[in-house]
Amino acid sequence: MADDSKPPQEPEGTPPEQKEGVKAPAPTSATSPTPSTGAKPPVVAKPPAVAPKAPPPAQTPWDNELVRRYRERFGDAIMAAMEDRKQAYLVIDSAKLLEIARYSRDEEKFDLFEDFTAVDWPKREKRFDLIAVLYSFAHNMRLRLKIAVGAEEKPASVVEIWPTANWLEREIFDMFGIEFAGHPDMKRILLPDGWQGHPLRKDYDILQQDTAWVRENLGIESGQ
Amino acid sequence: MADRVQDDVIRQQQETLLGADELVLNMGPQHPSTHGVLRVKLKLDGERVRGTECVIGYLHRGVEKIAENRTYQQFAPYVDRMDYVAAVSNGLGYCEAVEKLLSVEAPDRAKVIRTILTELQRIASHLLWLGTHALDIGALTPLFYCMREREEILKIFEKYCGARLTTHAFRIGGLQYESYDGFEQDVGRFCNDFERRIQEYVDLLTGNSIWIGRTRNVGVLNAADCIALGATGPILRAAGVKWDLRKAQPYAAYERYQFEIPVGTNGDTYDRYMVRMEEMRQSRLICLQAIENIPAGAIMGKVGKVIKPVPGEVYHSIEAPKGILGYYIVSDGTTQPYRVRIRPPSFVNLQALDKMIRGHLVADVVAVIGTLDIVLGEVDR
Amino acid sequence: MSPTTQAVLQFLQAYWVELVCGVVIVAAVPLVAGYAVLVERKLMADMQARLGPMRVGPHGLLQPIADAVKLLIKEDIIPRDADMLIFWFAPVISMVAALTSMGALYFGPAFRVANDINVGILFVVGVSSLGFLGIILGGWASNSHYSILGAVRSTAQLISYETAGGLAMVSALLLAGTFKIRAIVEVQSQNQVWFIFLAPVGFFMYLVASIAETNRAPFDLPEAESELVAGYMTEYSGFRWALYFLGEYANMIVVASVATTLFLGGWLRPFSNVRWLSWLDFSPVLVLVALGVYCLYRAGKQPVKVQSGFMWAVALGCFAVAALFLTPWIFSPLRFALPGLNGAFWFLLKVSAYIYMFMWLRFTLPRYRFDQLMHLGWYILIPLAIVNVFSVGLALLLEMEFGWNRWLALIVTTILTLGVAAYLVHLNDKRGAAASAAVVASDSYAG
Repeated sequence: MADDSKPPQEPEGTPPEQKEGVKAPAPTSATSPTPSTGAKPPVVAKPPAVAPKAPPPAQTPWDNELVRRYRERFGDAIMAAMEDRKQAYLVIDSAKLLEIARYSRDEEKFDLFEDFTAVDWPKREKRFDLIAVLYSFAHNMRLRLKIAVGAEEKPASVVEIWPTANWLEREIFDMFGIEFAGHPDMKRILLPDGWQGHPLRKDYDILQQDTAWVRENLGIESGQ
Repeated sequence: MADRVQDDVIRQQQETLLGADELVLNMGPQHPSTHGVLRVKLKLDGERVRGTECVIGYLHRGVEKIAENRTYQQFAPYVDRMDYVAAVSNGLGYCEAVEKLLSVEAPDRAKVIRTILTELQRIASHLLWLGTHALDIGALTPLFYCMREREEILKIFEKYCGARLTTHAFRIGGLQYESYDGFEQDVGRFCNDFERRIQEYVDLLTGNSIWIGRTRNVGVLNAADCIALGATGPILRAAGVKWDLRKAQPYAAYERYQFEIPVGTNGDTYDRYMVRMEEMRQSRLICLQAIENIPAGAIMGKVGKVIKPVPGEVYHSIEAPKGILGYYIVSDGTTQPYRVRIRPPSFVNLQALDKMIRGHLVADVVAVIGTLDIVLGEVDR
Repeated sequence: MSPTTQAVLQFLQAYWVELVCGVVIVAAVPLVAGYAVLVERKLMADMQARLGPMRVGPHGLLQPIADAVKLLIKEDIIPRDADMLIFWFAPVISMVAALTSMGALYFGPAFRVANDINVGILFVVGVSSLGFLGIILGGWASNSHYSILGAVRSTAQLISYETAGGLAMVSALLLAGTFKIRAIVEVQSQNQVWFIFLAPVGFFMYLVASIAETNRAPFDLPEAESELVAGYMTEYSGFRWALYFLGEYANMIVVASVATTLFLGGWLRPFSNVRWLSWLDFSPVLVLVALGVYCLYRAGKQPVKVQSGFMWAVALGCFAVAALFLTPWIFSPLRFALPGLNGAFWFLLKVSAYIYMFMWLRFTLPRYRFDQLMHLGWYILIPLAIVNVFSVGLALLLEMEFGWNRWLALIVTTILTLGVAAYLVHLNDKRGAAASAAVVASDSYAG
């Protein structure tokens, strides 16, 4: 799961390398052809040996006591534990979300539900990633939970565990269209009630608006 | 279903809710005391509030969507416009988050100057809060005194970066502008004057029995509820939790300076008032310590012109004047962020309004909204 | 001459003082009220480190004129289904009540409309209370749910504090022994002491009650902008609103005049019976001359010619009025006017000081919530006022029956009253703590 969560990585070093390969010939050639000689630049099919390596991925596996406790308790529901730039996160299965949440609050003492949001990876099979940021006052530690959620899936709402999640989940619904099962008041929060579309999805264009709603309620054509 | 914007005239809707005939009073989006476009539907039983429903989104500008279409540097001025009262803090959070994403650190000199400006901004934000909160409760004069002090701070900002309100003071990797000649003197002069001014506010309000009568035991939110509802910042500290992100997980140059964390006991409006007053004093002390010794050196770290972070994500939060301000940035390796999520303190704190106002009188609603210190730009983004 | 003309002339000859004073009151009070608004705005600005109105006229002096003209030419918006007759009549009632009650007041020993009615103070208080009718009728006639609520609230506040204020006045009336206004001041003159020193608790209670009666801060919840219920004046715009507003300021003048008469010695000069201080009789002239000299001094410092010209004009005006005050001294046939002029000066000075106190309190103190306001009125002020009446009565009894020194008796009873006040405040604090503890404990998030 951790690998899938990375987007198709575009190797950073390639475009300059390619240019290098085309403009400057391999060191083995005797002289570098000057433009005036008009020599055709050799078509190089492979990157030369001195090309800079792509920078190592920032995500590294994470393992410590905490991870072991989670793995012990939930087994396969903890699908991966990674650390990215010294910030740790657990990738978990959405089926066990509620139990993991309860365990995190009660046993691991992550009592502050700092943030809850989503990220849209449209090309993935489970297109959304729910991100929950938890903080523990007792341990002064932050933990991130990543839950992969499909487009039609309805993950469990964690409102009963952290009441903070009430508005945060409503915002996720508003912006992404992910409904949470068991939420007391699942409706839009920032956008008007009758708005069609979920703006933070990647298929919603930056200039797109719900023109029908605008026409009906504001009496103007969108874009004015 | 149209959700029309209500105008200033109060309309009464007789709705039958929960079987009883409760009165729904609408405090419309335009109202002198809602500090922005906030609509609060109050369910009343006579004079007492039985429940509230906040309708927000009137100031929603799609900042998070915009972020996906701008480069990292291009997005920086947008964050100022969220909590427009404390723009410097927003900028600090964002720049530090991107710096974490790039795994660079701003040089020492930049960190110290950032700290000074952020603390001045904290004082300015609390001054605005104090003035408007006192005005809502009926004290007409503190607003003008607070504006007078805020003016001094805004003059410093203007001399530093050219703008008073939406400053865009910091850059990713450090600072763009050197501190101007006389920066330390200006800040020092302000801090020296400020102690006397705080005393003026204390004289006007702290011991005043009318003020105490309006704020004591109004809008109580105890520590357990604060944590459950995610209310952070002065609200949490007034409830008795001695916790400040600047001490727990220091950022910028905060670990170098001595300052206290003011704590309240009851979690009521009066305690929040005292906590914010004391925070202003502590910010002043931080500034005084910082200007003693601003390290020399570079102001910009090693950040190229084109910012293309390694794909991944980072979450960074700071103690903004209103609470915990968090940035969650996902990078896909291009020059534009893949996702920027801003965790706004005012949005999460506003959720607590329902709990705080139940059982109180209608006249207290204004006081409680004031004490939450919300800025709609941040609530709605 | 026809009998009608003869009768009219006779009437004029007998009552010309009353007529002139009446016309002056009706003509001048709205203007004075308008300028009182300007004074309030300038004072507020001064206390808030800013300048106030500066544009309309030099230093904003024509602001009230501009406001009056604006209000007169404003569109007259009347809510649909409003009861027209009452809607029209309500602000008129308010204004008329305030002006009529001024009819019984003495603004100085010579300036009065009614020639010492035997129920003077009672008349003033009673008629000014009729103004409350204007408020509630205005709220009702607006045909708006929240106007009537605001009006009812305002009226409830006014009648509660009217009770307390009336009882506070009684303590001064006990000392005076009469309702007649002239006689009250004369008693203070004879006793060579103002009643504020004999009945200080009564004075402060009357001060608080009068602030509440005129809907001023900190008791201005019904009018406050940041509250939800809009108040009885919402649906009134333009000149109707101006009438209400003028009625409020006229009421302020009435209440200040009553306080001055009862407690502050009316038109008496401080130390009115001390001979060697009779140079204080020249105070009006001295004050005005000093003001004029100061204006001349400032005129020299003005950067712009127009401003220094303005200062010169003010200075000359001050000198002119000073000369007016000085004329009776110099010009013997006009000596009869002296007591009237001086008395009026002192009376107006005290009224202005009292109104200054009102304004000062408005800018300094936050607002009481309505339930706290009513609680203050009924639980603290009225019991204390009753106790005060008893204590002043007790003091007089001690003096008359037991031969105590009046001062001693009054000091002892004042201390007793203050003790009762402290006890009442303590009870209030306890009740406040208990009530809010109940509020905190009762709600739960489970709903």
